[in-house]
Amino acid sequence: MSAPGVDLELLGPPIKGPSALGSDPARFWRLTWALATTDFRLRFFGSALGYLWQLMRPLMLFGVIYAVFSQLGLDGDVKYYGVALLTGIVLFSFLSEATSGAVHSLSNRENLVRKIEFPRLAVPMATVLTALFNLVLNLVPVFVFLLAAGGRPRWTWLELPLLVIALALLVLGLSTLLSVLYVRYRDVEPIWDVVLQVCFYASPIFYTASIVREEVGETALRLILCNPFAALIQQTRHAVIDPSHESAASAMGGAEWLLVPAGLIVLVVVIGYRVFDRAAPRIAEDL
Amino acid sequence: MLEQSLPAIVVDGVSKTFALPHERVHTLKEKALHPFRRTTHETLHALRDVSFAVAPGEFFGIVGRNGSGKSTLLKCLAGIYATDAGRIYVQGRMSTFIELGVGFNPDLPARENVMINATMLGLTTREAKRRFDRIIDFAELHDFVDLKLKNYSSGMLVRLAFSVMIQVDAEILLIDEVLAVGDAAFQQKCFEEFQRIRRSGATVLLVTHDMGATQRFCDRAMLLEHGRQAEIGEPERVGMRYMQLNFDAEARAEEEAEAAGAEAGSVESGAEAPTEQQELRVGDRRAEILESWFEDAHGKRATVIVSGAPCTFRTRVRFNERLEDPLFGVNLHNSDDVHVWGANNLYEAKAGIFEAGEEIVFEVAFCNVLAPDRYFASPAVANAGAGMAWHDQRSRLAALMVTGTQQTGGLVDLPFQFTIGRSGAAAAEAEQRVP
Repeated sequence: MSAPGVDLELLGPPIKGPSALGSDPARFWRLTWALATTDFRLRFFGSALGYLWQLMRPLMLFGVIYAVFSQLGLDGDVKYYGVALLTGIVLFSFLSEATSGAVHSLSNRENLVRKIEFPRLAVPMATVLTALFNLVLNLVPVFVFLLAAGGRPRWTWLELPLLVIALALLVLGLSTLLSVLYVRYRDVEPIWDVVLQVCFYASPIFYTASIVREEVGETALRLILCNPFAALIQQTRHAVIDPSHESAASAMGGAEWLLVPAGLIVLVVVIGYRVFDRAAPRIAEDL
Repeated sequence: MLEQSLPAIVVDGVSKTFALPHERVHTLKEKALHPFRRTTHETLHALRDVSFAVAPGEFFGIVGRNGSGKSTLLKCLAGIYATDAGRIYVQGRMSTFIELGVGFNPDLPARENVMINATMLGLTTREAKRRFDRIIDFAELHDFVDLKLKNYSSGMLVRLAFSVMIQVDAEILLIDEVLAVGDAAFQQKCFEEFQRIRRSGATVLLVTHDMGATQRFCDRAMLLEHGRQAEIGEPERVGMRYMQLNFDAEARAEEEAEAAGAEAGSVESGAEAPTEQQELRVGDRRAEILESWFEDAHGKRATVIVSGAPCTFRTRVRFNERLEDPLFGVNLHNSDDVHVWGANNLYEAKAGIFEAGEEIVFEVAFCNVLAPDRYFASPAVANAGAGMAWHDQRSRLAALMVTGTQQTGGLVDLPFQFTIGRSGAAAAEAEQRVP
């Protein structure tokens, strides 16, 4: 059966169903931006101390770990251990906040997904973007501490935006994957919590590369830095804090080893997008 | 010129099914433990082979009962659901209003919510800023622009949401039952706004339960029933079908409930008391009423008849004894048990003589001017003599549903002609006639 009296040839292509990106890139970006800025603003709204509260969490964690480790003398003989610790915590906060927020982002935004035509990918992407705004804010005390501790601006600071972009890509890949998996499988949330815990201890956050090399060995360090998140922390410390922190390449024993974490980032992004794209048309029904 | 004659929306053989799994795998753990277990599922056919075209500038209604697939169709059109089969062609900028105030956040003031909502609905930030004043004007919320939405009354919320919606200025609007909101004055304003949208040449698809709205606004309408197109065309005709479907389903449900109730009743009361049915039948049974039914204009048995149509009531009677000039009659009661009408052959020609064992059918043909309601017919056969004894009288033997789209509020809908004469014009005419 076909529509009466209409030559379908004249009508151009039929509309596509729901998809990850939608048909209008400008609209996709507008929506992502609107969602992200709204979330971000809500966090600070109605509270004069909004920004301080935002800083409180990483700073508290930092305070506890710093007190314990410097008392126990486990901070090694690295320069600016405190700042290195804070950097690790701030980057981990970004990873943890974005990904665990993304897990139930689609079900939290159910009314958008089910009630209007909405590019699906904008939802987890907005979560990552909000977390990225917070990361930028959280990086401010890192530089304050660094300068207070005697660090001086260096040209390698310019590496930081590139490192943040690489980290954001990794986080985006994970977030898209997690958000769409959660629609089908509700135990993704506790599972991911555990994975994050493991990631916290398996990354050089409260310890440093040199301690791993001394205490465990060269291979263990290389293995740890195969995790792209760990490699990014290491490189950030090298570029931002002090050259006495090894670069990721030298810690792994050669620039060619960097292909492993870099490749993993690409893989996560590609898999995340592919899985999301395939599930996108049915997200509204499965929620 | 050619483009203008192209339809704004073409739906070509669209089907949509949902899989309803019996036991859904909700966790990765289960999936990992039983990777190859197939879950069984039922298939729900929400839409089956639906095809229609909507001309540009047309106001098109989609009506149907709950679960008929109308919202699913709207979501397919809006690009929220992917269709399983068929194609949808859309010419022009489309906006969807399935729910008012999508993306509203209670913790933000109206100003920001308007901007967010407008962005969601497809405006750019600049467009949204330019239209902000008009939106607030229409909603009449000048004094509350900086109030957080959580402090808004529900009426104010609806006004704000509706105002954003109509300022989006799409060429094609998909609207899902958002009319039934707000206070009376605002509703009136919304109706006016719909008329304006209609005049401005936008194409509108309205999904609704409300036949009144359909007939008031729509140029054409479509009725969906169980995912199929049941009717398409004139809103009046579609409305009629819709009423009929509704009442049919209602009558069915009631019959089932009655049947269930009768069974339950017989189990409970046992043999003690006579059932209600027996009580309602009186007479010496010298003649017996076997059955009664209504027929429509085409002579087919019907339980639903449109107001204004010809209609016949028939009753089959068997005589157990020889009877002379018996009296036949029927009384009609409405759902409030008001005696609406009675008909008998008391003032007609004598019926004659009926032998024992004879079976006859008496009929009462009438023009159905009854107001839409549910009616019950109680036929009777009586002795016409001085005693007026019942041979058989059965209460509420046949039921009739009268449907119609007009509700006058009275007991009957008499056909009428309405004329308005201007006294001024009449006077002028009279003056002219003088010379």
